[in-house]
Amino acid sequence: MTAQQIIFLIVALFTLGSALMVVTTRNLVHAALWLVSTLFGVAVVYALLNANFIAVVQVVVYIGAIAILFIFAVMLTRKDMRDSGPQMNKNWWLGALVAVFVFAGLAFLLQSWNGVSATAAALPSGFDAISLLGDALVSPDAYVLPFEVASVLLLAALVGAVYVAFNKK
Amino acid sequence: MVPLSWYLLLAAALFGIGLFGVLVRRNAVAILLGVELMLNAVNINLVSFWRYSDVLSMTGQVFAVIVFAVAAAEVSVGLALVISVYRRRNTVIADELDLLKW
Repeated sequence: MTAQQIIFLIVALFTLGSALMVVTTRNLVHAALWLVSTLFGVAVVYALLNANFIAVVQVVVYIGAIAILFIFAVMLTRKDMRDSGPQMNKNWWLGALVAVFVFAGLAFLLQSWNGVSATAAALPSGFDAISLLGDALVSPDAYVLPFEVASVLLLAALVGAVYVAFNKK
Repeated sequence: MVPLSWYLLLAAALFGIGLFGVLVRRNAVAILLGVELMLNAVNINLVSFWRYSDVLSMTGQVFAVIVFAVAAAEVSVGLALVISVYRRRNTVIADELDLLKW
């Protein structure tokens, strides 16, 4: 077992443990903080995959913006922040069963696919992922249209969020 | 080198945990936390397929970036809806939002 595999296993266990805490802990502020540690573990996974830019964007956008937005929302709806009452449905075991079946189905499909044990080729020398990604995002031959659509979606979400949450007084 | 299957199994497990959260939690904010976990699982899949196939075609990373944008849009509108519902009904428990239920 190489050092990289050991690092991967530690990071994966950390990520999955934090994710379990996100869905099971009673206090929602704690759940949001566990989400931060899950997202950080996922960022380390991206770094292990040599996707440096994606790892940085994960830290900046997910941890810096989205997780903080969650903490804001928890505090703005503070009446339910107390731990009174059950945090889960009555038939939570049904949800657990569905989740386990989805995982088992995915694992079954993966082990029946012959590309699953592929190993990564070494990166070419002088490989610059960031400039390639920038070219792909704005080149008309590649993904300029999805990029622009995503920009319009963000604008629409901005306007929609302001409209929905605006306090008409 | 870590085989591809490890990354895919990690993503599948993360997706399952997120699905459990979405199905089981009563608080609407906690349901959105579960959705975030599922989106992250999808992103791990996209980036690992990029790394283990042709690294010179950036398709996986481009779609991971677009998933970031969609996740940000989803969470901002979703939390705005939760806050708006909290103002009108004074609750964010999903079971109690039953105005449209017969």
